Amino acid sequence: MLKPKVLSTGRDNRVRPLSLAGHVGFDSLPDQLVNKSICQGFCFNILCIGETGIGKSTLMDTLFNTNFENFESSHFEPQVKLRAQTYDLQESNVRLRLTVVNTVGFGDQMNKQESYQPVVDYIDRQFESYLQEELKIKRSLHNYHDSRVHACLYFISPSGHSLKSLDLVTMKKLDSKVNIIPVIAKADTISKSELHKFKIKIMSELVSNGVQIYQFPLDDETVAKVNTTMNGHLPFAVVGSTEEVSVGNKMVKARQYPWGVVQVENESHCDFVKLREMLICVNMEDLREQTHTRHYELYRRCKLEEMGFKDTGPECKPVSLQQTYEAKRQEFLVELQKREDEMRQMFVQRVKEKESELKEAERELQSRFEQLKRLHADEKSALEEKKRLLDDDQSSFGKRRAAAQLLQAQSLTANGKKDKDRKK
Amino acid sequence: MKEIGLEMDLEAQEKVELCRSVPADLQMSYIQGTDLFGYVGIEAVLDQMRRKTIKAGLEFNIMVVGQSGLGKSTLVNTLFKSKVSRKSCTPNYEEKISKTVKLHSVSHVIEEKGVKMKLTVIDTPGFGDQINNDNCWDPIVKHINEQYEKYLREEININRKRRIPDSRVHCCIYFLPATGHRLRPIDVEFMKRLGKIVSIVPVIAKADTLTIEERHEFKERIREDLTVNGIDVYPQREYDEDPEERVLNDRIRESLPFAVVGTDKEHQVNGNKVLGRKTKWGIIEVENVAHCEFANLRDLLIRSHLQDLKDVTHDVHYETYRVRRLNESNPPLISHLPAYPARPITMTE
Repeated sequence: MLKPKVLSTGRDNRVRPLSLAGHVGFDSLPDQLVNKSICQGFCFNILCIGETGIGKSTLMDTLFNTNFENFESSHFEPQVKLRAQTYDLQESNVRLRLTVVNTVGFGDQMNKQESYQPVVDYIDRQFESYLQEELKIKRSLHNYHDSRVHACLYFISPSGHSLKSLDLVTMKKLDSKVNIIPVIAKADTISKSELHKFKIKIMSELVSNGVQIYQFPLDDETVAKVNTTMNGHLPFAVVGSTEEVSVGNKMVKARQYPWGVVQVENESHCDFVKLREMLICVNMEDLREQTHTRHYELYRRCKLEEMGFKDTGPECKPVSLQQTYEAKRQEFLVELQKREDEMRQMFVQRVKEKESELKEAERELQSRFEQLKRLHADEKSALEEKKRLLDDDQSSFGKRRAAAQLLQAQSLTANGKKDKDRKK
Repeated sequence: MKEIGLEMDLEAQEKVELCRSVPADLQMSYIQGTDLFGYVGIEAVLDQMRRKTIKAGLEFNIMVVGQSGLGKSTLVNTLFKSKVSRKSCTPNYEEKISKTVKLHSVSHVIEEKGVKMKLTVIDTPGFGDQINNDNCWDPIVKHINEQYEKYLREEININRKRRIPDSRVHCCIYFLPATGHRLRPIDVEFMKRLGKIVSIVPVIAKADTLTIEERHEFKERIREDLTVNGIDVYPQREYDEDPEERVLNDRIRESLPFAVVGTDKEHQVNGNKVLGRKTKWGIIEVENVAHCEFANLRDLLIRSHLQDLKDVTHDVHYETYRVRRLNESNPPLISHLPAYPARPITMTE
């Protein structure tokens, strides 16, 4: 029997275009894909960084035209915390799972050196959990709730001068991890001319400090034009409001002052509409894609390299992840074994020591017992000796007494005879 | 891969996951059903997605398996309305029966209404043609697994490409000769083995030799045989995501396998130019649903389930391969590593 063998031709070299003679129908594939996504729903995660009271929650409410449950935070937080809230929104047939993460207490502390750390940690944690899921053996990526931060709105306070050093430091730390979109908050406190100068100042400072903010993509012709214009308007000066004021004969979202009404959706008043356009209507998908293909890949690469995985071994031969993993596993197991042996040895040694100690004690006890016994015997013999002496004494005394009595009796009788003799 | 009833559970589970123990500097909450008070523009994301897909381009890899002379190349050409496969087009092509099963893949880029697709057709000349066809599916299985392996290696890389080139076989069309009886042993063996690693779409080739009644009976017997042997063909029952899809797929499953006729010649019928085979007793119109089921096959493969085929390959078959591969202990891989302490290590998996 002839063994079957495979002969696959180098098809990567021979990809030639072909013309179709009729309608095949695969142009419906984007629609098929879109339908599937509609069934599954979309995920979008926004991180809002800004000082307390700068208007983050209000802006989110205005942006998504809804009332998220918010409460005012105090200015006395000991350190920066993050609060994440997830909402299920639906518009016509599109379901969106929106997660809004707010910083709490940012910029309130006296010492702001570590303010950026909780934010960076949060972003890294989301990447980490995605990486863990991706590296699992049995994984379910299509069901996975993607919690990676897709867009970061950085709220700049409207001082009119320049960026604060806290802003620069934080943005510098975050620019390689997340798409940063800087916005100028409470823009109704700045006049038009000041705003223009302020924007230029901010952008030049960002450039000179090497902060890479998110640039709206220019590669797709349909949106390249509008994106280029918008790129020139960064950072967006926004005003947020959920209250409605009647202007003319309509109710619009606005802020009412004694000197006038600032309309949120009026393009000449503020850039809110531009922000909504860019963030949601035009570039939401691109933000998600950038997060996945650029920021997440960078994180993954760094993390895996940190753990010691490489793509090419020392002789520049490709090393698979599995090999490295197996190698590490072996190393780890060897290490474990060594430790186990060490511990066992230590244990044995200790036992030996204890044993010898106990033996020593026993011996000592034994010798003391012997000693005491000897002492006791000595004493006993001494006492016996004494007793014997005493007995001897007693017996000799008895003898002497008897002898003395006899002598006395004899002497008495002799004296009696003498007396008798005298009398005669 | 769940139904709506389970989706609720999953959502609840996700809710719990979201409110799981989190580090002290993070507070989380989950709220559902917030109403929008006005237009936001979220649905524009569909358009964005559509644009991005079109821009990125698509890849589709289809494999045709069957004995020689069953009309595989013609069918592919008819499906994609172009000369994808050269075999049937050159007039004096004499097909030599090859002594071994070779896999022959050809790629083309076709474009329709701005949507570019890189179509790869993998042909398997020599399948089932030998006298002894034992293990004739081995090269095919090997090829499919090789594509999965390639993708896996690329995915596991530290520095990986933005878009991993997808050469995995998305669909395998298996040609059954129109005997009118039942599945043959080679059919059963092949489909049993390959049904586990790739989406198989069985078709009855050269169906113009069967009458409508014979066709129905044949199909019933084939379906019976498939169930008896535990062969799962596309669309698989277990991957239906919601009741609507189930209804749709049930209808498809009831009419499997499709009885097709392929041709690339056009003839005039009632003043229209139609694709058909001209015989002395009439013209068999390929795209006429009353004559053969080619249009159903085309709709299934291309117009409605193209994305689904790719998704099932990626989410199910590829993942199965990946799990199996990552679970194996691979002595050949480890032998290239630097020498380790000679102490025997007892490890349990």
